[in-house]
Amino acid sequence: MNARILHIASNTFREAVRDRVLYNLIAFALLLSGAAILVGQISIDIERLVVINLGLTAVSLFGIVIAIFIGIGLVSKEIEKRTLYTVLSRPVRRWEFIVGKFFGLSGTLVVNTFFMAIGVFAALFYVSHKFVRADVLVLVALYFIVLEFLIICSLALLFSSFSSPLLSAVFAFSLFVIGSFAEDLRGFAGMAHGFTRWLASGAAYLVPNFSAFNVISSIAHEQPVAAQLILHNTLYALFYAAMAVSGAVLIFENRNLK
Amino acid sequence: MSAIEILGLEKTYKVGFWVKRPKRALHPLHLTVEDGEVFGFLGPNGAGKTTTLKLLMGLVFPTAGSARILGKVWTDPEVKALIGFLPEQPYFYDHLTAHELLNYYAQLSGVPAKDRSRRVESTLQRVGLKDVQGVQLRKFSKGMLQRVGIAQAILHDPKLVFFDEPMSGLDPMGRREVRDLMEQLKHEGKTVFFSTHILSDAEALCDRVAVINKGELRGIGAVADLTSSVQGKVEVIWHGSQVPASMKALGTDCHVTGDTVRTIIKENQIDAAIDALRREHLRLIAITPVRTSLEAYFVEKLQHAETTAGTTA
Repeated sequence: MNARILHIASNTFREAVRDRVLYNLIAFALLLSGAAILVGQISIDIERLVVINLGLTAVSLFGIVIAIFIGIGLVSKEIEKRTLYTVLSRPVRRWEFIVGKFFGLSGTLVVNTFFMAIGVFAALFYVSHKFVRADVLVLVALYFIVLEFLIICSLALLFSSFSSPLLSAVFAFSLFVIGSFAEDLRGFAGMAHGFTRWLASGAAYLVPNFSAFNVISSIAHEQPVAAQLILHNTLYALFYAAMAVSGAVLIFENRNLK
Repeated sequence: MSAIEILGLEKTYKVGFWVKRPKRALHPLHLTVEDGEVFGFLGPNGAGKTTTLKLLMGLVFPTAGSARILGKVWTDPEVKALIGFLPEQPYFYDHLTAHELLNYYAQLSGVPAKDRSRRVESTLQRVGLKDVQGVQLRKFSKGMLQRVGIAQAILHDPKLVFFDEPMSGLDPMGRREVRDLMEQLKHEGKTVFFSTHILSDAEALCDRVAVINKGELRGIGAVADLTSSVQGKVEVIWHGSQVPASMKALGTDCHVTGDTVRTIIKENQIDAAIDALRREHLRLIAITPVRTSLEAYFVEKLQHAETTAGTTA
């Protein structure tokens, strides 16, 4: 990787860490452990199912909130506070800045997820008193969650490159919600006719298909995940994130920093 | 080779929410700054100084025109390694320490890893922040942030430094230190281009100045020429409290302050004035040429622009 991108990424990561965002992880781990103890007491035979559902959903939601919360300010805050001026007056190309920011935030979220995953596994161990072979599947679900974060991260960055933090947050969160129902939207498009069909199909394929990444429920029931789905989701997430980051670069390359 | 050649750079913004109206921030600007000069870019607030600097830094894109910096096209990324920039009222990453911030900028500027730490520390020493290098920037005062701003601009030993209102937010001691630093840069052979509306700073530091107002260049020249005795007048000061009739005959007003009298006469009246004082046995204290101040030049250029605009309207 280009050295400047690496430096921008590591600075973004350091900023996020110093911004005490990762402190929520401790709170999360404690909360999850507490919830596991509670669940262990009130549910019989389905403790593991509840802990996996509860834990992975929490990892996903916490991560999405953090991705949006940090991502929306990545560019706009730098313009607003004029920190960008001292960066772009150096031999740094605008695209390097955007890509560096993307990697920095993605790295933050991966580390974030790693620590939250420890919380999930700790809770699982508490309720089962052992690890079983099916627990490996939890790692697949976590991998899909990280892929989701990459997409959200790139979208937050895209919106941040032309919009205010508040609007960027609204856009990114709306896309996350719509994307979570992308399969339903595609189903609706299939049933619609004429212009509505055209419009619904366009929207369904344009929004990120987060429903394909949600395997939490099936993993909780110890159903295996097809290798084809892992490959498909990986390529889809990388392609979608690359497109969104390219869009951000394209906008940012032509933007006057007033 | 000129350090900066601005070839008709201009900028028009589109303003308005629904209906976009063009607003010209900078009329076509032609300007050359020579290598090794300290060049002052003067103008009132909103004159177009910052827009010009942003255009040169590639932060905004020109509507027309171009520029060359250190002999290269100004958009060439290689140019950025040779220049330093201090934006107006700089703000930095809050959670980094001064040392971490400068290290980050050194990385981005391509300072070799083996030199980085030494360069960062010597720069911090130079701007008087060595003792607080481990403190996070959110705890810094405005004046300290300004010093950080200056440090990041000179960190990579650039050939050309752009300062946008470098004295802004500084107390008198801070201003003095920045002035000293700019003089040091000049002695090191650097070219310094700085914008300001504080004329005394420009007069003390600059080789040449340009005056800009409402996006238009109003005047340019060497400070020494602009502040020379162009009026052909001298100030005469003598000891006493009386004004001899022969001095009054020269047709000038005399001002008595305590036990000294002061008047301004034409250069060709010097001999007559000395004779008059000698006849009255009055002690001459000083005869000094009346110099046009940079402020007078600045005000004249702005007033001229206003008059021209009024006539045109």
